[in-house]
Amino acid sequence: MTRVMKPAALLPLALMLAGCDGWQSAWDVHGESAISLKQLIILIVAVCSVVWALVMIALIVALLRRRVRAEPPVAVDAGTERRMTITVVMAVAATVVIITVFTVSSFFTTRALSVAGGDDLTIKVRGLQWWWGVEYFGASPEQRFETANEIHIPVGRNVRLQLEGLDVIHSFWVPSLAGKQDLIPGRPNELTLRAERAGVYRGQCAEFCGLQHAHMSFFVIAEDQAAFDQWVNAQRQGAAAPPDEETAAGRQAFLSKPCAACHTIRGTAADGKTGPDLTHVGGRTMIASGLLPTTRGSLAAWIADPQTLKPGNNMPMVPMTPEELRAISAYLASLK
Amino acid sequence: MRTLLVLLIATAMAGCQREQRELRLDPPTAAALDKIALMPNGISGAPPNVYFALDKPYESNAYNLSQGKRLYSWFACKSCHGDGQGGIGPAFLDGWWYYGPEMVSIFASIRDGRPHGMPAFREKMTTEQIWQLAGYVQTIGAYRAKTAAPSRNDEKQTRPSENRAPAAKLFDEGPTPVHPDQGPTP
Repeated sequence: MTRVMKPAALLPLALMLAGCDGWQSAWDVHGESAISLKQLIILIVAVCSVVWALVMIALIVALLRRRVRAEPPVAVDAGTERRMTITVVMAVAATVVIITVFTVSSFFTTRALSVAGGDDLTIKVRGLQWWWGVEYFGASPEQRFETANEIHIPVGRNVRLQLEGLDVIHSFWVPSLAGKQDLIPGRPNELTLRAERAGVYRGQCAEFCGLQHAHMSFFVIAEDQAAFDQWVNAQRQGAAAPPDEETAAGRQAFLSKPCAACHTIRGTAADGKTGPDLTHVGGRTMIASGLLPTTRGSLAAWIADPQTLKPGNNMPMVPMTPEELRAISAYLASLK
Repeated sequence: MRTLLVLLIATAMAGCQREQRELRLDPPTAAALDKIALMPNGISGAPPNVYFALDKPYESNAYNLSQGKRLYSWFACKSCHGDGQGGIGPAFLDGWWYYGPEMVSIFASIRDGRPHGMPAFREKMTTEQIWQLAGYVQTIGAYRAKTAAPSRNDEKQTRPSENRAPAAKLFDEGPTPVHPDQGPTP
């Protein structure tokens, strides 16, 4: 029985550990706060494991070496009393020391997380059912721009995120870079992100927020300063003019349909505020908050029937002809 | 005793039935819902048969009312009608409906617009959204309390909740009687 049980018991453990690396893991850390959180987790787990092992050993020894006395001892044995006193004092002292160490290290980790970096890069992140609005600022109001579900940050800089929930409570969590922070309606929160290594990190809403909570992910793309500046400059531009006839027809259809009532495409008449900004939607990795990779086909599928792909989301099924659908998806895919 | 137990379990099980959310409206149904029959003067009329076949989902379904409430703020109804108290546009809370309290009238007002400033939302919203919004607007100035309620406000309440039949007080015999023209159409 035990011979069969052992590999069977190890299998789930191996599977769990296999999930510990990749682009969304609190174990595979590349951000300052995530690193200190991981150190705290390791410290606490290690100390608690040792304590647990010692208690178990003492318990087993006590069980194996139990002595049955015929009658309760009447006389007090001075030697036993001393040994017992030492044991109890040691156990109490160990408890006090461990709790103190945990409290102090937890305090310093939390303090390191809450100190906002003295950096001028501030990004506003809004949580909505079920996507993320991202807003960048500049020296002047016209340098401000919005994007969605994708946050670009420069490597090695403290980036201050202003978090705001617009409908229900969401939680911003990029396990590889930082701890969780809630987005609460009416209560602005802040979080400092600092990526130590360039890469794409996946984040996920970590507070149950309704039907499509599981499909509310985003990406943090950390890149070096030059690439980041280039990206910012490209994003500040309005949408490019349609390169060919089909995309021009797509723009026309987009503007005349209900699409423009909810979505903004800077540089056109579309200035709706309730849906994600689509000015450079073709250049983002995923659409619909990490649901599908951005291709012309996935855009068409999403527009044709959003309620089948992501039931309950707030994008309605807009009636349109197949030609219009093809043109609009071609136009959106061209918005790099 | 056994009968009583069965009855008790049956009663408890009856509580398990929850309101259904229709998240995806089939395109033909949506197209049919657009075909309302309006009286020549634009006031009152009949919704399409499919509306009854669906069991009037936009008046009594809490999910649709909530979506309507969301659309009410998304499409800036507040900028003219306020929180139902009115402003540039007429109020809903007073129970005085220029074009009658029927769903078709409200639907037509939103879809096609009305004289003196009400814009048409035909090009901005889908048919389903217009029905949801119409259901919510009707709820604000309803004469009778509804069991279904839209979601609560996050911000401060400026008036009673939508499902509390705010317009009903107009029909109280009370110390100051209401204007004889006010009230539901007979």
